[in-house]
Amino acid sequence: MSQNVLDDSRSVEATKKVIPKLIAIWIVTSLIGSLLVWFVLGPHLPPGTMTDQAAGAQFDIRFVSTLVPPVLFFIWIFFGYSLIKWRVKPGEDPLAPAADFRGNSKTQGAWYIITTVLVLFLAAFGTYFLVVPAGAGGGEGPNPIWTPGTKNMLQVQVIAQQWRFTYRWPQFGGMETTSIYLPVNTEIQFNVTSLDVIHDFWAYQLGVKADANPDVNNVAFTKTQQLGRFTVRCDELCGVWHGAMYNYGYVVSQAQFQQWATQMEAQNAAVTKLLPKYSTTYTPSYAGNGGGYYPPQDPNANL
Amino acid sequence: MAIDYSKATGTGSSSGAPGGGGGGLLKPSIITGIIGGVIGWLLGHWIGNSFTQGYQQVQGSGSNDIAEFLGYIGMIIGWFAGLGALSYPIKKMFGAEPETEEPVTEKGWTKYFRYTLDHKTVGVQYLFGMLIYFFTAGLLALAIRTELLSPTYHIWSPDTYIEIVGEHGTMMMMMMTSVVLGPFGNYVVPLMIGSKRVAFPRLEALSFWFTPISYFILLSGLWQGGFQSGWTGYAPLSVQQGVGQDTYILGFGLQGLSMVCASTNIVATIINYRAPGMSWSRLPVMGWSMLSLGFTMILSIPVLIDGLYVLALDRTAQTSLLYSGHGGSSFLWENLFWFFGHPEVYLLAIPGFGLVAEIIPVFARKPVFAYKTSAAGFIGLAILSFFVWQHHLFQSGMNPDMRPLFMLTTELISIPTGFIYLVGMGTLWRARIRLTTPMLFMLGVYFNFLFGGLTGVYVSDVPINVTVHGSFFVMAHFHYTIMGGVIFAFFGAIYYWTPLVTGYQLSEKLGKIHFWTMIVFFNSTFLPLFAVGLLGMPRRVFEYAHRLQFLNQWVSVSAYLLGASLLFFAVTFIWQIAVTRKPTVRNPWGSRSLEWFVESYPPPAYNFKRVPVVLSWPYEYGDPNALPVADIVNETKDLDPVGRA
Ligand code: HEM
Ligand SMILES: [Cu+2]
Ligand SMILES: [Cu+2]
Repeated sequence: MSQNVLDDSRSVEATKKVIPKLIAIWIVTSLIGSLLVWFVLGPHLPPGTMTDQAAGAQFDIRFVSTLVPPVLFFIWIFFGYSLIKWRVKPGEDPLAPAADFRGNSKTQGAWYIITTVLVLFLAAFGTYFLVVPAGAGGGEGPNPIWTPGTKNMLQVQVIAQQWRFTYRWPQFGGMETTSIYLPVNTEIQFNVTSLDVIHDFWAYQLGVKADANPDVNNVAFTKTQQLGRFTVRCDELCGVWHGAMYNYGYVVSQAQFQQWATQMEAQNAAVTKLLPKYSTTYTPSYAGNGGGYYPPQDPNANL
Repeated sequence: MAIDYSKATGTGSSSGAPGGGGGGLLKPSIITGIIGGVIGWLLGHWIGNSFTQGYQQVQGSGSNDIAEFLGYIGMIIGWFAGLGALSYPIKKMFGAEPETEEPVTEKGWTKYFRYTLDHKTVGVQYLFGMLIYFFTAGLLALAIRTELLSPTYHIWSPDTYIEIVGEHGTMMMMMMTSVVLGPFGNYVVPLMIGSKRVAFPRLEALSFWFTPISYFILLSGLWQGGFQSGWTGYAPLSVQQGVGQDTYILGFGLQGLSMVCASTNIVATIINYRAPGMSWSRLPVMGWSMLSLGFTMILSIPVLIDGLYVLALDRTAQTSLLYSGHGGSSFLWENLFWFFGHPEVYLLAIPGFGLVAEIIPVFARKPVFAYKTSAAGFIGLAILSFFVWQHHLFQSGMNPDMRPLFMLTTELISIPTGFIYLVGMGTLWRARIRLTTPMLFMLGVYFNFLFGGLTGVYVSDVPINVTVHGSFFVMAHFHYTIMGGVIFAFFGAIYYWTPLVTGYQLSEKLGKIHFWTMIVFFNSTFLPLFAVGLLGMPRRVFEYAHRLQFLNQWVSVSAYLLGASLLFFAVTFIWQIAVTRKPTVRNPWGSRSLEWFVESYPPPAYNFKRVPVVLSWPYEYGDPNALPVADIVNETKDLDPVGRA
């Protein structure tokens, strides 16, 4: 170590004193930043509060966002300070050695421990909020392991195909509709499947997302809690018209829903008889609406 | 350490550079390669069409995939035959001992159009190749942004649009994986470790010559109906597609082979060709990053190639491995693809981090902080990257019980990523900082990657993933990590090593204009996309909600300006190395690293007259009494041990 070439600004003593100051600045700015995120931005964060799952996602995004300012400011403050303070000044020999140290066991140790704890905490946080809200609105496959407490659920089957969604209602005679209405304050079970390629059912305001795979029943749960309109978009690239594969649905009062459903059931009765029997998956057939992928000799074509 | 002092290696190249016979146009070069490729294609296509006559063609494609594949395979063989790449291995196979040749000492630019075995020539070939691929895919990105100027008015037809999206994504992901390894790994790393050559010059050359043909094949998809499956190629959509999809399979597959060749060579070189004294604890950080990268490539890329093979079988031989109706599963492709795909994203991150940790100490006049931690960071990233792939499939419906585990492993990756920040912050602490152009780019990596890493925490949190998966949020996340990370590092490295590679100096003023415009417009392009995604816009769509129009227009305009900044780079860079050509001083940045102590810039074909003996760690910037990095320093009149020329 050659202390002689070090000017005061780079000495250990000078920098020792500045660290507490930087930490103080960091605490204050982070506090302000985090409070702003939590209270000002927080309530407006997507995806809203139309269902329990959406509200849960909103809480998670809000919580993680609140952790962002401390990390951001920590890095910015230390980088910023170094760059301003120790930038080569005019007249200084730019190639002269700066401080000569290769590590600092305390700093390194603290860094390893803090990042590890933070990461483990985040994983635990994520797991808790995945399990408790019955899978958090995500597709859980054919045998869901995180389910709502009740058996009393509205079953909605989402059938995706190039390039539209239709819905089947096993509790209403297995009818198929092109529109979707849901009753408020109700547990909903979505059974998502596809007739051709992989699509994804994304009901944004409901906080629900589940891939629609051919021959797979992908189950997702949500509990409606507010009236309103929601957007359904296909969220997995499915070919030319993927960008146009969307529609809108509505959460309505339970009475309105009953009225809509019974009316649709009656109206569709003739068509429903022609549909294949309700099932959690359907083998896509050549005669179907697929993009011609399944050759005519497909043994399943006539099932 | 195996240092070979025999004469053959003393020449800086190994035996048997191709060609030799003939002269002029018929001497193997890119021209004969193209001729060979055309002949090969015609032959393959003809064979395919003749023996599959009447064969069930893929429905709706209007073309025969078998002829398509055989045509391209013929083209690939013809290309390499024309380049002269096959003559040495074939002679060897038949027991002949091919003549050993001196490395190509051809003066001027023509050698860059030939299959050559000098790692420095290959590095330069890669540099220009990568720039061409990057700019091509960049133009496609501007085409995408043009469509997204309006939520409903369409510039492109829906099929053209989705083809452009697929070409952009595939080109970037498959090519940019080699963006550091190709140019700088090949050029600089052997010099850094004091070697006269690389371990497998033929593999290295092969790895480069795969790229132009893979580029051409992928682009040829555009005039064959393209492929609508994006870079992820999910089946059964990718089975359903027309012949354009075959260009995806072959283009990506060839690029995979290129990476396997390149990484095998770099790993063998770093392990075996370090100069005496270049112990593991003295290996430059860049060497550690290339080593981790190489191993990750060797282990992950074959899985991609297997996956593509399965897809090709489904498309040609009518197997149904990816089609659930007959016992296959569309989940198979998703797993194979992401088992490669996640390591792939770290193949993009690790070299960027390597450059950052390598270059910052030079401009901080301090030893790299926590050297071992940085190496551990690369290795940690490399290992963990194999245990997280299902975080791309959180909503797919496959094994939900594994989600907490994959969430945990994914979030663990933040720990080695954090190491890189620790290294940066520690190195700058009490430093003597010069904000040169390369340094600015390296700091830019830290600035940008922070957003990429922090949003990584959002996307890996399964409940949040429900909202953001498949949206522009993910898209912004990975552009921050890739473009903001490795691409910034790549440009920084160009500014840093151009004096060594060309002997010319680049203007600091122009470089800074490039840096500041690039970082401002990069952030202005991608930061709003986090919001766009959170507000509900999926990726790869051509229609979106009216309320998102302003943000999208902002992004598109920023993207044009970002394009302008990159164009500015291209013009000023070419201008300075081709026209103004201001000679550089020796060791312009005052680095201690071995590559700067070669006799001349650009380095002679044999790199070093004799193998240097490494005397000290390359990062002793803080100790004026440290020994010079190697014993050749004095001979080449670089007297000052801190690297002053
Ligand atoms: C802090 C570390 C990181 C974490 C925790 C993380 C996490 C994730 C997760 C969970 C996804 C899946 C999102 C989804 O589709 O639902 C994702 C996507 C992606 N990430 Fe990261 N990531 C990190 C760093 C990186 C790095 C370093 C790169 C590349 C250099 C990268 C590139 C990508 C890409 C390309 C995708 C999207 C692929 C696609 O769907 O096309 N990420 N990341
Ligand atoms: Cu779709
Ligand atoms: Cu990943």
